[in-house]
Amino acid sequence: MTKFIPGYFLIAAAICGVLVTAPLAPAQNPSETLIRNATVLTVTRGTLQNTDVLIRAGKIAGVGKNLSVSPNARIIDGTGKYVMPGIVDCHSHSMLDTINEGTLAVTSMVRTSDVLNVNDVDLYRELAGGVTTLNLLHGSANPIGGLNTVVKIKYGRPAEEFIFPGAMPGIKFALGENVKRSSTPNQPGITRRYPNTRMGVEETIRDAFTRARDYKKTWDEYRAAVAKGQKNLLPPRRDLQLEPLVEILEGKRYVHAHCYIASEILMLINLADEFGFKIKTFQHVLEGYKVAKEIAAHGAGASTFADSWAYKIEAYDAIAYNTAIMTRAGIVVSVNSDSDERARRLNIDAAKAMHFGDLTEEQALKLITLNPAIQLGIQDRVGSIEVGKDADIAIWNGHPFSVYSRVDTTMIDGDIFFDRQQDISRRADLAKERATLEQAEANKAPAQGQSPQAPRRRPRAHEDDDVWEGERP
Amino acid sequence: MTKQDHLMNMNLPAVILIVFCLSTGAIAQQIGNPATQQGVLPPRGTYVIRNARIVTVSGADIENGSVVVRDGKIEAVGASVSAPSGAQQIDGRGLSVYPGMIDAGTSMGLVEVPQGANGTVDTSEVGDFNPNAKATVALNPYSAHIAVTRVDGITNVLSLPTGGLISGQAAFINLLGTTPREMSVVPTTALVINYPRIGGGGGGGFGGFQQQQGNLAETLAANERQVDQIRKMLRDAESYGRAQDAYAKDSSLPRPDLNLVLEAMVPYVRGERPVIFRADREAEIRGVIKFAEEMKLKPIILGGNDAWKVASLLKEKNVPVIVTGVLELPGREDDFYDTLYEQPSKLQQAGVRFCISTGDAGAETRNLPYNAGMASAFGLSKADALKAVTLYAAQILNVADKLGSIEVGKMANLVVTDGDILEPRTHIRYLFIDGRQVPLTSRHTELNDAFKNRK
Repeated sequence: MTKFIPGYFLIAAAICGVLVTAPLAPAQNPSETLIRNATVLTVTRGTLQNTDVLIRAGKIAGVGKNLSVSPNARIIDGTGKYVMPGIVDCHSHSMLDTINEGTLAVTSMVRTSDVLNVNDVDLYRELAGGVTTLNLLHGSANPIGGLNTVVKIKYGRPAEEFIFPGAMPGIKFALGENVKRSSTPNQPGITRRYPNTRMGVEETIRDAFTRARDYKKTWDEYRAAVAKGQKNLLPPRRDLQLEPLVEILEGKRYVHAHCYIASEILMLINLADEFGFKIKTFQHVLEGYKVAKEIAAHGAGASTFADSWAYKIEAYDAIAYNTAIMTRAGIVVSVNSDSDERARRLNIDAAKAMHFGDLTEEQALKLITLNPAIQLGIQDRVGSIEVGKDADIAIWNGHPFSVYSRVDTTMIDGDIFFDRQQDISRRADLAKERATLEQAEANKAPAQGQSPQAPRRRPRAHEDDDVWEGERP
Repeated sequence: MTKQDHLMNMNLPAVILIVFCLSTGAIAQQIGNPATQQGVLPPRGTYVIRNARIVTVSGADIENGSVVVRDGKIEAVGASVSAPSGAQQIDGRGLSVYPGMIDAGTSMGLVEVPQGANGTVDTSEVGDFNPNAKATVALNPYSAHIAVTRVDGITNVLSLPTGGLISGQAAFINLLGTTPREMSVVPTTALVINYPRIGGGGGGGFGGFQQQQGNLAETLAANERQVDQIRKMLRDAESYGRAQDAYAKDSSLPRPDLNLVLEAMVPYVRGERPVIFRADREAEIRGVIKFAEEMKLKPIILGGNDAWKVASLLKEKNVPVIVTGVLELPGREDDFYDTLYEQPSKLQQAGVRFCISTGDAGAETRNLPYNAGMASAFGLSKADALKAVTLYAAQILNVADKLGSIEVGKMANLVVTDGDILEPRTHIRYLFIDGRQVPLTSRHTELNDAFKNRK
């Protein structure tokens, strides 16, 4: 049923939200952890039975049998449990206070990193689904949107600790109905924002890259002149809109392009080929299966939904076999959530690729681990259980592709950020604390005729999208 | 290449095209299952599924047994049964037979594409009071959602109208048929009422943070006015029914005018059929229980995200809940992360009757087994998780004499799988609805076949 979250219960809700999910104190996170005798889904080296995983200083330091460990290490009994890499969600809007700068068709000058809300409780709920890394994308309101941010879900830590070190910078592009603003009714006296057709979308991106190419040339010429020893030159004026596009042309920034139908996918491939840059991922790409060979030939990845379809016209030809067809065409494919809700069960969404497309278990696992890591340029850090990689790990009480399984523990850089037993053991204390808070003077019902002061909770990510387009970005 | 061209390239047989003209220009779009639109139903055959694991749901599993299907019914089930001569044999070795799953909270067939294609949306009538709006009238048997859903083992749904306060009447259908009548199991199953939401509340959640009292009183009054309007309509229907009955017995009485709106509600105000109330928050659920008791209705809660807080009252009043929120995000920031995952388990422990639904209009109804599975990961037994999408749903909708389990005499809606029906890695191997073997094809398998080998 539809959700309704009233604005005025939220002082306490916010307080309790933090309390409910308060992270473990650093002191409880020793530098060494041994997960003993588990089934380890390495992703890259198969499934290992009765295997230990040693974590030291935030990294995976050993994977094998009967590993030894220092006496102060934390020991986790993995008997009967499954260890898999933390899930990487390649399309998220969690913890963004706002998602769409939709007033212009090209907003490459805005950054999602400026609107991170570390107190978003949905982050904790995603950790409880075994997710450790998110690609926070700008919305899909414009052909060229804002810059992305790749984060580790270090819930309870300051924003700067969330930022994934070394992740490739990226940007959101978008094509199709959202960009055309198909769901926005015409209003008398109000001029629609350009573009209004898929023709105009192509032209908008072409124009932007034409300007970016000129801009780059201006800078290249200036730098060459300086290098030749010319003095007293005025540098060109910086253009914050075009700078990220120059980075794309130079291969320094990944393009994550929201798209649906085959024709618009081909359009962007042709345009990118013409300007000499690569699309790193097509996002959603629900008709990717119709043009899989062209996507593969371009070298783009695809980040799609497991089985969403028919929520709008451009999603009507979507099929759940998309993941498998694109995988078999040689495309690096990931399954994403684009939703704080779905992010919590990406394990099941990945398993659907075995149900619909008969992918192997390893191929299906990669959809939510190594493949999205590749798509974000972090495959040397996360996405598999290998010595030297970051200890971003989820421990499940059964096989993560079983609907009957759930997460017991989620770790990032070897620190525990979710633990089911800890969560449950704190509930009684939280209930007491809540009762106390309810009695506090500041929380009493205000006198007649006065409005209570209560902060408004930000709308949920998908609700922000609703405001913009009535659906997901 | 347009979408039409793609489909023409598929060498499909005659297709039905519905062309939408959008305001920004004409976009041709096919709606429905081109190839699987069948004007003729598959026949009711005689089948025997042998050597399979039979998950009867109502009784113990039969590890190696057979099911006989004839004339649309389950004729026999057991470890050893004699098959009628001429029965088609289905080798069930390594396979499991389940009753078809049931989703009691959809709008299947009433909406094809909710956004950008208003012409395909028939869920919500104009105005607040439409008890005579019947889902069975508007059901599109050729909606692509139907085949997409059934090939994943869901054989039955309740399709509900959604608008206003009194939304209309829901239809309980087989996901097979060429007309709404062929699909219907119970054409008018329940009256659907959106119980008025209490504007300022939080489901009774946080006592300390009340809305400004003046406003709160106003909000509650507005809410009560809406409840009053519903009350008045139901009372009118009661009186109307009495007047019609009296006139039927004694034609010397003045003849009461026929009134279709009131007529539609008579079976519901008399408690002959259930009334489904959409209500999520605690205060609303309590409001429904009180209102239904006062009006002597047979209530069913639809949604019920806060039902666990009202469990003892629901149990006491024997009010069942169609739980649609297992996979929703908890509504409040201070809810525990698993509040809605574990709600079915809590209702089960409290003895509340419930079933699990996706609450989805249609497209994602095929995710029903994962809703039940998640509830099981958080406390509900596997057996109860299965019942929550089969027998419990049938019982709550009063169709357990026909559906929800594998028992002799029930309608032969059966799903044959290669594993646990709730698991995502499981595949469906055979599907029977109303004793008819249904091909495992859908719009999605067709598009897969058309494109999977494109080189």
